[in-house]
Amino acid sequence: MANVVLPDAVLVKNYVGGDEIALATLIERHQSKIYGFIYSKVMDRDVTEDIFQDTFIKVIKTLKTKNYNEEGKFLPWVMRIAHNLIVDHFRKTKKMPFNRDTEEYSVFSIMTDNSPNIESRIISEQVEVDLQRLINELPDDQREVLVMRIYDDLSFKEIADLTGVSINTALGRMRYALMNLRKVIEKNQIILTN
Amino acid sequence: MAKLYSKKKKASPKMLPKKETVSFLLSYSKALSITKAGDLTFETIAN
Repeated sequence: MANVVLPDAVLVKNYVGGDEIALATLIERHQSKIYGFIYSKVMDRDVTEDIFQDTFIKVIKTLKTKNYNEEGKFLPWVMRIAHNLIVDHFRKTKKMPFNRDTEEYSVFSIMTDNSPNIESRIISEQVEVDLQRLINELPDDQREVLVMRIYDDLSFKEIADLTGVSINTALGRMRYALMNLRKVIEKNQIILTN
Repeated sequence: MAKLYSKKKKASPKMLPKKETVSFLLSYSKALSITKAGDLTFETIAN
């Protein structure tokens, strides 16, 4: 027997006449388009499932009350119902699916990324390397105090104990270390800012 | 001949509702009967 594809209009007529299988055929035929259409708007599987179900409940009720007139096509009519339910959904949740950029408003004004970008990360690394090189140029006693204070976070009391000098000497070495660093930075016009 | 670099299909797979949803709709349709009496409409769901 030849496989006859019945047009939607005939299936709708058969369904209204009591043929339940006609509805199954209609759903089978259009489910992908309708489901995909709803999903493209709401972008949520569960909501899509709900709206898809509500759409067909409306279709079933309309057809059973014999209020449907085959003026347009079946699929556009179902799509229209789905569209209205999608609008209802967004009205209920008061959430629009997307924000459009305008001249006064950009979505990036509310979305910021505070993590350092590649450029600032490269600059920081460069500053670190430059500073390290400058510190290595300092006299040993000054470098020792500066590294212990800044990198090892030791107190001047601890530095004094470890290096076997008085606190005042440690403070003095730190002062000279910083002065020397400033001098070299100014002399060579090195920029150490991020 | 042009070389194809993409292995993935460009078209996404068809999106379909859950079988349970379709099954519910068909059962609902079978169970629902609507009677009109003048301006009134009665909906009856058979268990």
